[in-house]
Amino acid sequence: MSRAPLIGTRLRERRIAAGMRQGDLSRAAGISPSYLNLIEHNRRNVTPEVLERLARALDLAPEEFSERDPGALVAELRAAAASFPGSGAEADRAGELAGRYPGWAQLIADLQTHIAGLRQGIAALNDRLGHDPHLSAALHELLSALSAVRATAGILVETEDLSPDWQRRFHLNLHQDSERLVDGAEALVSWLDHSGEEAESVVVAPQDELEAWLARIGWTLPDEAAADQIQGREARALARAWLAQAQKDIAMIPEAGLRTALAAGGDPALIAARFGVPVHAAMRRMAFRPGSDAGLVVCDASGTLLFRKPVPGFSPPRYGAACPLWPLFAALARPGQPVRAVVEMPQPGGGRFLCLAWCEARLPWGFAGPELREAAMLILPDPAPPADQAPIAAGTTCRICPREACPARREPSILGTAPAAAAKPQRSAARPG
Amino acid sequence: MENSRKVLLVEDEPNIAEAIQFILSRAGWEVIHHAEGRDAAQIARRLQPGLVILDHMLPGLSGIEVLTALRADPVTADVPVLMLTAKGLPRDREAAERAGATRFMTKPFSNAEIVAEVRSLTGAGDIAGRAGAESGNVTP
Repeated sequence: MSRAPLIGTRLRERRIAAGMRQGDLSRAAGISPSYLNLIEHNRRNVTPEVLERLARALDLAPEEFSERDPGALVAELRAAAASFPGSGAEADRAGELAGRYPGWAQLIADLQTHIAGLRQGIAALNDRLGHDPHLSAALHELLSALSAVRATAGILVETEDLSPDWQRRFHLNLHQDSERLVDGAEALVSWLDHSGEEAESVVVAPQDELEAWLARIGWTLPDEAAADQIQGREARALARAWLAQAQKDIAMIPEAGLRTALAAGGDPALIAARFGVPVHAAMRRMAFRPGSDAGLVVCDASGTLLFRKPVPGFSPPRYGAACPLWPLFAALARPGQPVRAVVEMPQPGGGRFLCLAWCEARLPWGFAGPELREAAMLILPDPAPPADQAPIAAGTTCRICPREACPARREPSILGTAPAAAAKPQRSAARPG
Repeated sequence: MENSRKVLLVEDEPNIAEAIQFILSRAGWEVIHHAEGRDAAQIARRLQPGLVILDHMLPGLSGIEVLTALRADPVTADVPVLMLTAKGLPRDREAAERAGATRFMTKPFSNAEIVAEVRSLTGAGDIAGRAGAESGNVTP
C-alpha cells in the first residue's frame, strides 16, 4: 500500500488545523499550490525533502508525518479487526481510518498491542499458577489456615454448650490461624509483586523457614547437604550458619561429656564452666541434642526474638512482642547474672517450665562504641515444684493471654470477655501479637 | 467401641486436627489423631479403624504413600479412606484415586460436610446424644 494517501490526508488536516490556506502553505514550503493540492488529495507521492519543508512550514516536526509507518499502522488495525471477528469493523477501510483519524487509529493499535500483552501475561500467570512450587506452597498454606479457621469458627458458632476451656482453646487457635492467613496473604502478594525476581525469598521470612526446617529435622544436627533442601537462599545461608555454630558447639562440648554433665544436674552454667565455653553454647547444646525436650529462645537488646525453639505448652510468638514477664528479659537487663525462675503458662495447654536465662554482652566497637547484648533462655518442661518462690504467671503475648488483670498487660486480649479494668490503655504503637 | 465408630485421623495441621477431632468426638466417634505419614499405616493396622481420614500433604511420608501402604496390607486393604486435600489439582486427585482413596474432601470444608462424609463412609447412622468432647473423650 502506498504511504501517500495517508500522508496527504494528514497534511491537509494539519494545515486546516493551523488555519492556513493551501496558497500560504505552498508558498512557505516552496512548492506550487496545485502540487500541494494533489498531495493533499493523495494523488501524488511526496518526497522526504518536500515533506520536511511542509512540516517546517506547519511548525511541526517532520516525524509527525514520518515517525509512524502508516503501512504498519494499517496492518495493526487489520490485526485488531481480525482479533475480534464479530466486531463488524471494516477491515478493508483501515487505510482510510488511519489517514483520516491517525490519533484514533493509533489508539486502536495501541489498545490492540496492550490487549495482546495482557493475554500473554494471563497465559504466563496461568502457567505459574499451575507449575510454580512456591505459589503452590503458599496457596497450600493459605488453604490450610483457612480450613482451620472455618472448622474452628464453625465449632464456636454452632456449639451452644461449649465449655469456657474449649472456647479459649478455639479462640487461641483462631488467632494463630488468622496470623497464618495474614502471613500467607502477605507472602502471596509479595510473591506476585516480585514475579520476575527470586520468588522463594518472599514466601516466608528466612528465620521462619530456618525454624520450620529445624522443626522438621527434629532440631538435631543434620548433614551439611540437608541444608540444600531449603528453598530460600537467605534461609539456606542461615541454616549453614546455624550448622557451623552447632558443629562448633559439639566440638567444644562433646556428646559423652555432655551426657555425664546432664546426669549430674544439667545446669548450663556448670556445663559452660566445665568445658570452658560460653553459657549460651551450653544452652544450645542442651536444646539441640537428639530427643531433647528443652526449648530455647534468644533475643537481642531490643527484645526481638532472634531464635525460637518452642516446646509444647510454651510457644514463643512468631509476631509481636513476647510476654515481658519472661526471665529472658530480666536477664537481658542484667548481663552476666543468671536468672532462674519457674514460669507458669496459662491453661489450657500451658504448664510449668523451669526457665534459665543468661545475657552476654559483646563490645564489637571496643570501649568506644555501644555494647551488644544477646540473651538466651532455656525452657525446661515439668520442673520439680519450686520450694522457695511462687511461679511467675506469664504468657505468650498479651494478645492471646487470658490473664486479664495482669499488671504487665500491654493491650487487651482477644480471649477475655470481661472488661479489662486492670489493663493499661492500649499502646497505639504496639503491634498485635 | 466397635470399629465403625473408630476413626484414625492423619493430619499434620494441629488446629485442623483439633477441630476435626472435636467435631467427630462430639458426634460420637472415637478419633485417634496422628500427625505424621511415616508410621500411619502401621497404626491403622494395629487400630483397624472404621475409617481413615488422610491428609494429602504430610511430613515423613505423603498421603498417597500412606494410602498405597494401607491398600497393600490385607488388614487395611478395605478400610474406607477419606482423603483431605488443599489442592484442587486434578493430577493429585487422580493419583489418590489410583492409589485407592474412597472419597475426597477439598479444604476448606465445612464441619457439616465432614460429619456427613464420615457418617456415610462408616455406615454409622445418627448417633444420638452429644457424647464425646464434653464427656471427656477429648480435652482441651
